[in-house]
Amino acid sequence: METIVFALVNGVIYGLLLFMLSSGLTLIFSMMGVLNFAHASFYMLGAFFAYTIMGATSFWLALIFAPILVGLIGAAVERYGLRRVHVNGHVAELLFTFGLAYLIEEIVKIVYGKTAVNYRVPSILDFPAVQIYGADLPAYRIFMLFVAMAMLIGLWLLLRRTRAGLIIQAALSHPHMVGHLGHNVPLIFMTVFGIGCALAGLAGVIAGNIFVTDPSMAVQMGPIVFVVVVVGGIGSLEGAFVASLLIGLLQNLAVGINASFADIFGFLGLTSASEVGSITVSSLGPVLPFLLLVLILIFRPQGLMGEREL
Amino acid sequence: MTEPMLKVTDLHAFYGKSHVLRGVNLEIMPGEVIALLGRNGVGRSTTAKAIMGEVAPKGEILFKGQPIAGLESHKIARLGLGYVPEARDIFPTMTVRQNLILGVKNMRKPGKHSIDQMLDMFPNLRERADNPAGVLSGGEKQMLTMCRTLMGDPDLIIIDEPTEGLAPKIVHRIGDMIADIARTGVAILLIEQKLSIALRIAHRVYVMGHGEIVYSGTPEDFRTRDDIRAEWLEV
Ligand SMILES: Nc1ncnc2c1ncn2[C@@H]1O[C@H](COP(=O)(O)OP(=O)(O)OP(=O)(O)O)[C@@H](O)[C@H]1O
Ligand SMILES: [Mg+2]
Repeated sequence: METIVFALVNGVIYGLLLFMLSSGLTLIFSMMGVLNFAHASFYMLGAFFAYTIMGATSFWLALIFAPILVGLIGAAVERYGLRRVHVNGHVAELLFTFGLAYLIEEIVKIVYGKTAVNYRVPSILDFPAVQIYGADLPAYRIFMLFVAMAMLIGLWLLLRRTRAGLIIQAALSHPHMVGHLGHNVPLIFMTVFGIGCALAGLAGVIAGNIFVTDPSMAVQMGPIVFVVVVVGGIGSLEGAFVASLLIGLLQNLAVGINASFADIFGFLGLTSASEVGSITVSSLGPVLPFLLLVLILIFRPQGLMGEREL
Repeated sequence: MTEPMLKVTDLHAFYGKSHVLRGVNLEIMPGEVIALLGRNGVGRSTTAKAIMGEVAPKGEILFKGQPIAGLESHKIARLGLGYVPEARDIFPTMTVRQNLILGVKNMRKPGKHSIDQMLDMFPNLRERADNPAGVLSGGEKQMLTMCRTLMGDPDLIIIDEPTEGLAPKIVHRIGDMIADIARTGVAILLIEQKLSIALRIAHRVYVMGHGEIVYSGTPEDFRTRDDIRAEWLEV
């Protein structure tokens, strides 16, 4: 029982973390029309910047300034890079983001080295906060939940309750018309790109210290975020939200289930001595998102809540 | 003599290699209503797009004496040039009210029209103020795009085929609406195919053929020019 509860809590936290990455990626997709391969690199930058800022000052300053710094870098990438590449079409843009991902990874390796840095949970949050069925839930996890919810509400308020949010949404679907109404669409796009990158950076700040902060973290996170965006329906924020939670829960629940195929399919005569029978459900955790991706692309190419097909 | 509000001189535009505008010249005085007529595909919409910065223009475009050729769209709009495109680009998932809000250029500097006034003038829109604009009828969408552009207080509006695909009764209403807008002192460049509405409200008529202006005159003169109609308009 407690493993299920833990898996649920961790699944929700992981899901919200995925949403922090996928919301930005999906907004940026609506704007560019291509997936930004470098998106998870901004997540990595968030973690490394937080490590540096925390070393010099405190975690709290890192929490504020690392995402801002990442957002500014993102805005500059849009303004001086993507905007120029854009005129040469989608393939050029895609290749640009691809190159950028590797560029950022190599720069991080030069600056921080090839191995993990010691980015740690701040000691003030490093204690067991609640006991569930005798097991401890660390305070930091609750803090992550809090930050993720704040980000979710903030993004929702911005997009759905302000005029700036209306302009952003309209600019994503009808850029020319929004320009003819007198709104500075290039500036809006740069801002959206910056905000998307800042959100990825924020995810890096709060997750880099419970996972590992090393130069391969972008490559590890990138594919899952792509899966979330495609499964949710490319360009759909609601879809990204649902898919983030779905994949977060699926992965964590699978890991939490302590059974093998022999236990489940034993009635078919499968024994744990056989190769198939000895596969455990928990070992399937990493496979599930990609299985979902493949199934979605076959049976529902527009994604769970998307309007357009790929 | 006052200077023209919009003066287009030797305007060229291309789609790839195809040379669509081949030296367009036109002028619009403040408060004037101009009808731009022509057969399908002669380049009327492209003229509008080139003026508005959506298609790259070659040539001179002066708006209130200021060169605007090649400026970014939002800068052109902010000088007071409004555009209601052929496609009636409403924002379908947003409400009628939100569409109107997006027409306001600067919330801190309210313009001539408030959203409530606008809805009072158009009871159809008032009724659906909080519905998504995507559910409106074709005529209502056309009204909404024109109202949305008016929210930005333009001095000149380019309206591209506002009555395309609408029933005759609605066509007449849209004509009245454009005449009403003109009476408030806003200049209008109306791209049309229906002679009835164009001749009813225009002060001057331009006819376009193969990427250039082939006739310009008053509606009275135009009515007598069967030759122009036969050569450049009738199908
Ligand atoms: N995006 C485009 N790419 C290539 N050619 C285009 C494009 N848009 C228009 N054209 C071509 O340019 C010419 C002028 O088009 P334009 O839209 O200006 O015509 P129009 O006079 O507005 O006629 P209508 O609206 O009745 O079709 C046409 O031959 C059209 O096929
Ligand atoms: Mg046209």
